[in-house]
Amino acid sequence: MATEFIERSAADLASFVADGTASAREITQAHLDRIAATDDRVSAFLCVDAEGALATADAVDARRAAGEQLPALAGVPVAVKDIVVTRGIETTAASKILRGWIPPYDATIVSKLRAAGLVILGKTNLDEFGMGSSTENSAYGPSRNPWDLLRTPGGSSGGSAAAVAAYQAPLAIGTDTGGSIRQPASLTGIVGHKPTYGGVSRNGLIAFSSSLDQAGPFARTVLDTALLHHVIAGHDAADSTSLDQPVPAVADAVRLGSSGDLTGVTVGVVSNLSGEGYESGVVEATQNAVARLEQLGAKIIEVSCPHFDYSQAAYYLIAPSECSSNLARFDAMRYGLRVGDDREASLESVMARTRAAGFGAEVKRRIMIGTYALSSGYYDAYYGQAQKVRTLIGRDFAAGFESCDVLVSPTSPTVAFNLGARTDDPLAMWAADHCTLPASLAGIPAISVPCGVADGLPVGLQIMAPVLADDRCYRVAAAVEASMDSPVLAAAPAL
Amino acid sequence: MTSAIQPGVAAASAPSLPPLRFDDVLTRYQPVIGLETHVELGTRTKMFCGCPASFGAEPNTSICPVCLGLPGALPVVNAAAIESAILIGLALNCSIASWCRFARKNYFYPDMPKNFQISQYDEPLCFDGWLDVRVPGGAGSDDGDSGGVRSGGTDTEPTTVRVAIERVHLEEDTGKSLHVGGATGRIHGATHSLVDYNRAGIPLVEIVTKPIVGTGARAPEVARAYVTELRDVLRTLGVSDVRMEQGSLRCDVNTSLHLLGQAEWGTRTETKNVNSLRSVERAVRSEMCRQGAVLDAGERVVQETRHFHEDTGHTTSGRSKEEATDYRYFPEPDLVPLAPDAAWVESLRATLPELPSARRARLQSEWGLSDKEMSAVLGAGAVELIAATIAEGTTPEAARKWWLGELARRANAENSDLEALAITPAQIAKVQQLVDSGRLNDKLARQVIEGVLAGEGEPEAVATARGLAVVSDMGALGAAVDDAIAANPDVAQKIRDGKVAAAGALVGAVMKATKGQADAQTVRELILARLS
Repeated sequence: MATEFIERSAADLASFVADGTASAREITQAHLDRIAATDDRVSAFLCVDAEGALATADAVDARRAAGEQLPALAGVPVAVKDIVVTRGIETTAASKILRGWIPPYDATIVSKLRAAGLVILGKTNLDEFGMGSSTENSAYGPSRNPWDLLRTPGGSSGGSAAAVAAYQAPLAIGTDTGGSIRQPASLTGIVGHKPTYGGVSRNGLIAFSSSLDQAGPFARTVLDTALLHHVIAGHDAADSTSLDQPVPAVADAVRLGSSGDLTGVTVGVVSNLSGEGYESGVVEATQNAVARLEQLGAKIIEVSCPHFDYSQAAYYLIAPSECSSNLARFDAMRYGLRVGDDREASLESVMARTRAAGFGAEVKRRIMIGTYALSSGYYDAYYGQAQKVRTLIGRDFAAGFESCDVLVSPTSPTVAFNLGARTDDPLAMWAADHCTLPASLAGIPAISVPCGVADGLPVGLQIMAPVLADDRCYRVAAAVEASMDSPVLAAAPAL
Repeated sequence: MTSAIQPGVAAASAPSLPPLRFDDVLTRYQPVIGLETHVELGTRTKMFCGCPASFGAEPNTSICPVCLGLPGALPVVNAAAIESAILIGLALNCSIASWCRFARKNYFYPDMPKNFQISQYDEPLCFDGWLDVRVPGGAGSDDGDSGGVRSGGTDTEPTTVRVAIERVHLEEDTGKSLHVGGATGRIHGATHSLVDYNRAGIPLVEIVTKPIVGTGARAPEVARAYVTELRDVLRTLGVSDVRMEQGSLRCDVNTSLHLLGQAEWGTRTETKNVNSLRSVERAVRSEMCRQGAVLDAGERVVQETRHFHEDTGHTTSGRSKEEATDYRYFPEPDLVPLAPDAAWVESLRATLPELPSARRARLQSEWGLSDKEMSAVLGAGAVELIAATIAEGTTPEAARKWWLGELARRANAENSDLEALAITPAQIAKVQQLVDSGRLNDKLARQVIEGVLAGEGEPEAVATARGLAVVSDMGALGAAVDDAIAANPDVAQKIRDGKVAAAGALVGAVMKATKGQADAQTVRELILARLS
């Protein structure tokens, strides 16, 4: 029975709870058992809150017993990336500088999960503060790809993706600044969606790059992803950049896409997201997926987005600039790590020593780049110029969406790479973001859906849509999913 | 929040030259001044969160994840603060930006929870305004410790200076550091520091003037007059309690000197810890005298922050700005741009109250005062008291006579402000009513006032209790006059001989005999009738 639960979709599990087939406690315990049995190898979780999870599950069961109408995903377990603030549960952003910090408040999306009766299993691993593409920048060690434990699950939300791919959780929350949901989804053979910027509240997300950060859902099916999206999305008065607009009808879009008819839909293949550095297996799998979309009735055209070539340059100025400011608060004064306070050392010395000891190399690299880029005299040439590039990338998208409903590309130029393969080469690591950065910079929604296997590893197709047209991503992703003979994840070897 | 960390040690200050005399400064140099004023708004909640913005709570109790800068917390703009800032901008004749942004000012300091301050940089909410400032004449200042401008030989007349406003912008206040263990309570010498974050995030409006040039000897007075006028405007708007001593109005004074006739301005210093109107004036004067000495010695003025000392009236070197701090400003990505709707701005403009300068002009005209008379009223801080007394039915002349005469004398004697006297405009109005009804004369009225000030009760009660009333019994008065004539035969003879002016001595004698309770004019008439 337990195995049955962990392989089920969130939609199924929710219906079990609702109709009494299973209790939320049984389902939760099954997933806690799975974590206990596998996480020594996967290292998806930084912290498992078994007690809290079971208490939540019991509360859901009690509500059902009392005859209450339960919310859609009540009783379904979810894993939450450890960059999302959770009241009473240690939140570290995978940094030594926040070790032991117990937040006194919940992120808005966590409040929404709790209100919807979802069961938070624990907090998942990531690259420190979301900076990286492999989880190797976590201060607590990397997570491993359930497909091949020597490989990365991607990053920065690698822990969340690995947890879902390893059947430790049916659902997970990630955050995506430059691809941190989509790339790990692609590398682990699951679905991950980065919503429209402003579509999901950032309140309670430990900020890396405020103008880019978005939280979003992971799941093994497109429908589950949409159901979780629906729970966390919507306007939030606590986040000024949150859009006061209706949540796109993502679940309806999945049902529409699953029907397998894409007549009237124009799919643009972005020619710039290909070529050098793209593995042939990845290119082949995505081309096959596009061919299947055509068979389902979609019109396929090629689209050129010339400014995408500058997205890395722009991103690696904007994100570090904002992070240099966002991470300034970690100074040993109010919470977190404090190093060198011998009651003699100066304030500056304690701050400097704490930050030197508490931040990892990649975080320091980005803080230094950002500090430089914002400096008086350099601002216009770097931060200012990068913002102009951002505008041009937005125009490329606008032009593309004049003729296309969605734009597609591989999610990642490569399949999951070996742990350690890129740790000495930051630029190679940054290349992992090549396909995902443009949508981040433009603030548009983008989903990664498994579309095939290359060399025994999963490949994801990225589907991008205009602002607040998240439903289009889901519709086409559902069609891709429906076009597969069997789920990609079924090809993964057993753990 | 306790931190056992030793604060950084300030750089040792260079030995200082004796300051130049103010008059000597002016023979060679011309000052340029500028003022940056920070006003804590009196909004109910903080700038970016719902915490109460009030004072006096236990340390670190009016705080939340947002104003404590906890990881993940986001700011949300307080609309009431925007409204107050726009009102200030409108009152200062500024243009209101149709689109502007907040910016992050990045620097590390423990009282700043995020280690950046949300402020505005190149896109202020209000810009390009002006404020007409009334600079009082030679007697307008209470500055007793220095000859100041009055020693310059120019007999200064009240005048109006138009101060150009560069910008008005919104930002958040920092927490408050308490440095413990040192002798002075300042960071130097302290063993550790405590930080109270209750103040962190209180809305702050910064008002920056353009450089004020050409004021010469009157620069210190102009600086003071500007801050005074600004304070009155802000108080009238009701946006802040504008108390300098409590820090809800804080003023930084920029001062530089250049040689007379030279086009290029000198290096400026920024003086902080200027905590009263009087200190504004003293700080400018002190900096002018100090910089004059530096320049006379052939040295250069160091661009730095200086600290004003209330006790000595001098400034000392603070943080050097030679290595200009790079605040790495950039647009605050957690907030959307502000775009005040033009119609909203106009609706706010329509709610502006009568501002102090307009009110002064109106009252001067209603009261029929000359510029000089009005200046005296203003200098005494008596405008509101006189207005309130008139509102109780007293004529402007009488109201002004009491407040600038008897009451000003008493305030002066007690070294206090007029408004601090223990007598109300309504009580003064009552005293004048008693005079008008003939029950008191001026001398008796002064005794009644004395009684009221001494806490003996309302004017009528004081008059009754002290037995103060004009003697109206003509028989008794006649007897007193006869006694006076009899006691002063020489004087009486002079009057009989036609020297009417000598009657004054007899009037005085009668007044003395009646303990001042007679009407002097009636007494005089009785004396002359008897001796003609």
